[in-house]
Amino acid sequence: MEEIGKVIDQANEQALGVLLSGEPVLVDVVLAADVIDVLREKIILHAGPPIEWNKMCGPMRGAICGITVFEEWASNLNEAAKLACQGSLEFAPNHQFGCVGPMTGMTTASQPLLVVENQHYGNRAYCTINEGLGKVMRFGGNDQTVLERLNWIKNELAPLLGQALRRAGGIKLKPLIARGLTMGDEMHQRNVACSSLLLRELAPHMAVVAPETETLARAYSFIASNDQFFLNVAMAAGKALTDPAYGIKGSSMVTAMSRNGTDFGIRLSSTGDRWFTAPVEMPQGLYFPGYSESDANPDMGDSAIVETIGLGGLAMGAAPAVAGFVGAGAASQAGQYTKNMAEITLGENKSWTIPAMDYLGVPTGIDIRRVVEANTSPTINTGIAHKEPGIGQVGAGIAKAPMACFQKALRAFAEQMGVK
Amino acid sequence: MKKNQKTPHLLDTPLSVINVGLETFSEDLKSQNVATLHIDWSPPAGGDPVLGDLLSKLGA
Repeated sequence: MEEIGKVIDQANEQALGVLLSGEPVLVDVVLAADVIDVLREKIILHAGPPIEWNKMCGPMRGAICGITVFEEWASNLNEAAKLACQGSLEFAPNHQFGCVGPMTGMTTASQPLLVVENQHYGNRAYCTINEGLGKVMRFGGNDQTVLERLNWIKNELAPLLGQALRRAGGIKLKPLIARGLTMGDEMHQRNVACSSLLLRELAPHMAVVAPETETLARAYSFIASNDQFFLNVAMAAGKALTDPAYGIKGSSMVTAMSRNGTDFGIRLSSTGDRWFTAPVEMPQGLYFPGYSESDANPDMGDSAIVETIGLGGLAMGAAPAVAGFVGAGAASQAGQYTKNMAEITLGENKSWTIPAMDYLGVPTGIDIRRVVEANTSPTINTGIAHKEPGIGQVGAGIAKAPMACFQKALRAFAEQMGVK
Repeated sequence: MKKNQKTPHLLDTPLSVINVGLETFSEDLKSQNVATLHIDWSPPAGGDPVLGDLLSKLGA
């Protein structure tokens, strides 16, 4: 049995090495149908593990209807719901096609996607552009204002960003995230610093390629007014870093954590595309004025990919302000969250350090063995959506990945290793 | 004989406690000004014997 332990340890060392040696670079913005073949059909990619229409939560259904109208597969929301009910639309997880998406995570043919290339391994990952706060599609918003914003992003912002990124020769994300951590971001519920740093790098190139001053002003204003603009970039970086870590025989390292508002799912390096799921839990957090827990939808989104690479809840110590925002207690307690996560991870990332914790590297590489042994599941910082479609974000909080996902994964992993 | 000599010595000196597991025990002692070091520990896999056995075989 000692031999098996050694084999797993070596496989995990390799998997962690892949995660840590990646070089994510934001290189382009492209039309989804141009890079994901399957999107040429009427397929909607969504956040989390696979799910059918009849099991989807309110915000997910709202987003499905909205994006169906956006794609002009239906002329209104009712018609879109009918299409979904009668099985005329196909659904699949983002993760299956190199994509990730926050909250409902809608990815369809006509949407522009941020492209992050892992230049150490040559793979690419994709994520839509963050729509801003309030009533937006990622929280299930689907009215005319939401669709108009998506059309503006597609027709004006995305081409400008794509041109600027190509002119810049891409933007290296590893050093940018490292700097963001020293400025109080954890890249899930706080992206203020990284959004600003990204805009600072992009601005000169955007100014050169913009067709007119008004276009440029609208783009600057949109990015500058959205503190979470960088979230989708960080998510694509997470996907680009984790994808090369699949397929390492004997590794018990987690390569994806994601939720669709109904189920929470995880994937492992050694078990590939297989999902280990359990009913998703309700986030514990703080609510915007006028809302309470009775309005909240259970946890949702592919955004836990940032925790999978050691950011978000795992890097809470870097972002004391987030602890208050998500209701995690006093700012002085933020470091304890990170220390706890160090107990369930394989190592630390010396490229991403936390000054307030004596430059501790963020805990990285969640090991299902350690999660189950310590009975401690990963902490995820998250936004909270209203349970009814079309309303949007009502709060922010902390969600725990359900222990049942890790227990199921452990049993399957043991079977794969020939252990009974 | 040595053990017998040590026992009264232990009871005569100020108590220092290492508390393993339930933190409330250490909190009670601290409230009585007893020097206490708490060790955060719980049984592997929350006490599930089947998972605990799997973990030991997987080198955890």
